[in-house]
Amino acid sequence: MKTLSRAFMILVFGILYIPMMVLVLFSFNSSKSTGNFTGFSFKWYAELFRDSATFIALRNTLILAACSAILATIIGTLAAVGIYKMKNKYLKASINTVTNIPMMNPDIVTGISMMLLFVFVGGMLGLEDKLSFWTMLIAHTTFNLPYVILSVMPKLRQMDVHLPEAAMDLGCTPLQAFFKVELHTILPGIITGMMMAFTLSLDDFVISFFTSGSDFQTLPLLIYSMTKKEVTPDMYALSTIMMTAILILMLLTNIRSDKKKQVK
Amino acid sequence: MALRKKLLGLCLIAVMLLAAMFSVSCSEGAGDAVVLNVYNWGEYISDGSEGSLDVNAEFEEYCKSKGLNVKVNYTTFDSNESMYNKLKSGAVSYDVIFPSDYMIARMVKEDMLLPLNFDNIPNIVNVEESFKNLYYDPDQTYSVPYFVGYVGIIYNTQYVDEEDAKGWDLLWNEKYKGKILQFNNSRDAFGTALFKEGNSVNNTDETKWRSALELLKTQKKLVQGYVMDEIFNKMKNESAYIAAYYAGDFLAMYEENDNLAFYYPEEGTNVFGDAMCIPTCCKNKELAEMYINFMLEEEIGAANSEMTYYATPNKLVNQNAEYIEYMSSIHEDAMYILSPEFDEGYVTEYYHNFDEDMLKLINDLWEELKIESTSDVPVYITCVVIAAAIAVFFTVRAITQYKRRKYY
Amino acid sequence: MNKNINVPPEAAKKKIRKPIFSEIAAVPHTVWSVLFIVLPLIFVCYYAFTDSEGALTFDNILALSSHAHTFLTSICYAFIATVICLVVGYPLAFSISQASAKRQGMLIMLLMIPMWMNLLIRTYSLMAILDDGGLLNGLLKAWGLGELNIIGTSGAVIFGMVYDFLPYMVLPIYSVMTKQDRKLIEAAYDLGCPRLSAHLKVTLPLSVPGIVSGITMVFVPSISTFYISQKLGGGTRELIGDTIERQFQNRATYNVGAAISLVMMILILISVAIMNKFSDEDSEGGIIV
Repeated sequence: MKTLSRAFMILVFGILYIPMMVLVLFSFNSSKSTGNFTGFSFKWYAELFRDSATFIALRNTLILAACSAILATIIGTLAAVGIYKMKNKYLKASINTVTNIPMMNPDIVTGISMMLLFVFVGGMLGLEDKLSFWTMLIAHTTFNLPYVILSVMPKLRQMDVHLPEAAMDLGCTPLQAFFKVELHTILPGIITGMMMAFTLSLDDFVISFFTSGSDFQTLPLLIYSMTKKEVTPDMYALSTIMMTAILILMLLTNIRSDKKKQVK
Repeated sequence: MALRKKLLGLCLIAVMLLAAMFSVSCSEGAGDAVVLNVYNWGEYISDGSEGSLDVNAEFEEYCKSKGLNVKVNYTTFDSNESMYNKLKSGAVSYDVIFPSDYMIARMVKEDMLLPLNFDNIPNIVNVEESFKNLYYDPDQTYSVPYFVGYVGIIYNTQYVDEEDAKGWDLLWNEKYKGKILQFNNSRDAFGTALFKEGNSVNNTDETKWRSALELLKTQKKLVQGYVMDEIFNKMKNESAYIAAYYAGDFLAMYEENDNLAFYYPEEGTNVFGDAMCIPTCCKNKELAEMYINFMLEEEIGAANSEMTYYATPNKLVNQNAEYIEYMSSIHEDAMYILSPEFDEGYVTEYYHNFDEDMLKLINDLWEELKIESTSDVPVYITCVVIAAAIAVFFTVRAITQYKRRKYY
Repeated sequence: MNKNINVPPEAAKKKIRKPIFSEIAAVPHTVWSVLFIVLPLIFVCYYAFTDSEGALTFDNILALSSHAHTFLTSICYAFIATVICLVVGYPLAFSISQASAKRQGMLIMLLMIPMWMNLLIRTYSLMAILDDGGLLNGLLKAWGLGELNIIGTSGAVIFGMVYDFLPYMVLPIYSVMTKQDRKLIEAAYDLGCPRLSAHLKVTLPLSVPGIVSGITMVFVPSISTFYISQKLGGGTRELIGDTIERQFQNRATYNVGAAISLVMMILILISVAIMNKFSDEDSEGGIIV
């Protein structure tokens, strides 16, 4: 059983990572091609570090993804708790439905309708730059929300309803009960929700396009605009560096926790 | 508890990171530089990569030499339509934009562009006469040509017979079934069919468009796919053998696969021009005009052309020995491919801007082509089988549960 | 001692306050939804029921019959992709949840990292492998096994969907499986239940909420996906997301696009409602079993 599950995991992760390996391979390509390998070279890494615009875009992307993920996680977790405990069945159903809308709309519909809204409101307020970082943050948070709620909800459903009651019987205030008991139980759901939110926001192009102002360009915007011609392999080099950095960080933390265990 | 600590740590790191990043971004934006917002196609300027000239940095230097503190905020778009949508919404302000011909016509019609003051753009004399006063801007008031180019057919000499490579027919040749690529946008795809039948791409006769649709429908069985930027990789790694695309891009492909060849179909072809314009939302017109003028400098124009491989309407660049040598090192006929001298009577057409009814017609015809059913029978069968399995599972469960309840 | 005496009345007071907290918990989200989901939706509705001059019309909705086939195809693709994601994702989530606590975090990260690479780059890498002149065919040719034509088939589109949506199936299932009470399943073993049947009778029913979330998160967005089908399907496999995306590129056809997306939304709502109906019965039934 154990070997079977291990083999299965290796198979799935293998398929997931084969394209990643191809990505790494082409980042070392000597030609501009991302379709056939012509020779080994570091030149795309040199290109990458020469061009500061890429790093500004990367920084913008990370800021946006982190902010929107945190915001969506806070609002979404609270919402999940609230919806879960809601007694009015119809209200509950309608909020659930509305929540899912950004997920089922194609990105372009969400993007354009939000742009129209921002322009409309911005016009009423007499703003000069109607689109900015903040509109992008709002848009990203909006499409992240359903994912957070959908991943916190099952943990709530699974939780023993008597747990917070027991805590309160033992003298906790409801707020304390929430933070000390409920939050702890649903934490895996919150973390996975936040991860999904971060991932989605990191990768979004269409919605970002329509809600971004002229002064805040993210990495997906930069990469997609390259499709007039070709996406250059320095983007592959950037992806390779990001991936390697995350993997190394992960290994380091693992080794550290291993050592800690040994010390103990 | 460990999990919670970890989460706390993560959040802390994130917050610290954010703080650091914000501080960086703040320090960067400091200073009282005038910001010039430039909105161009992606990879459509010499940006300093591979040892080329960084045009935007050069411009900032140039301004400094004139005592101006200017920061170029350069952002990019991927299609005329998305750029138009964004500008039309009125939500953003740009100072210089780079639309294509038909889009300029539309934007002029909708009063979205400002007339240029050519006193600030003396370099306009560098532009070849043949690219001035074109249909989209007959009096040359709103635009300054940036790049021009023709559509031609690219084919792989290893697999395609030389005698087949003549007209647009090659894209309909059954010998190469499954190895032909077609444009994934309505205007260009219909363009190939209209040219093949000898019709104008700007005609408004519905029957002609319908017969073009019929042609495209027969072609649908032969094409490998409707693609845009994937063409580069597909042609380079020989996934496909035949495609219609822009001359400049052929050179980029040829650089990596010299089995590729290029020709202009005998029936005529499409010519496009991208130009620099100033939208009505511009905040600093004089500076924008200075930028446009700067782009017409010989050295700058040559750097841009060497970067994009597209043909330039700039006389000085086209006569620049260094530029000619560079392009010829990529392909010996590069200069001819980029600026061909066609025979008398050869048809080259710009796409004109259509009115809304015509746009709708084209859109409807294109939809008809796209949604024409490809055989997805296996998909449907799988679906039905899975759905049936799920239904059976749930009924069996329901029955057993019902029975069990009865026993208790 | 004093403290202990004070507990009962205080707790009683707070019991009254408890619903207040959980009621206001959803308020920020509700306000947010109204502002940024419902209001933009009004714009979509406005476009769906007007023509390009702004006059009220139902033509956009009525004209949709020509897209019926595309709707059907999209739903079928999304359905198959969801089933595959579930079949692959469920055991994967289970395997991950059985690993040591330290390992679990690492495996989940490993699952997410590919998704942090840009979608376009990811899809291009897939194409570099699967294309007619790609790496896979290169290998096959080198071994003398002939050629495979993958890009442009329905299989390629479904594979792309599974590749991109798998983590959204695994994560919610994993999150309900982790910290599940081990004692329950041990009890089942003690009572002589074989491994597999203990899993089916204990772990599976307890994971149903996660599965429902996972299915929603895969099925709903995969109906309206467009980039994957465009690239891996070679532009010849038309899904409804492609159609909508194209309509919204042209201002003249906003209205049609809005109408299609409105109808699609309704279709998705119906299918989600059907699924929830099943799952509700299921989770209750599961607790009884």
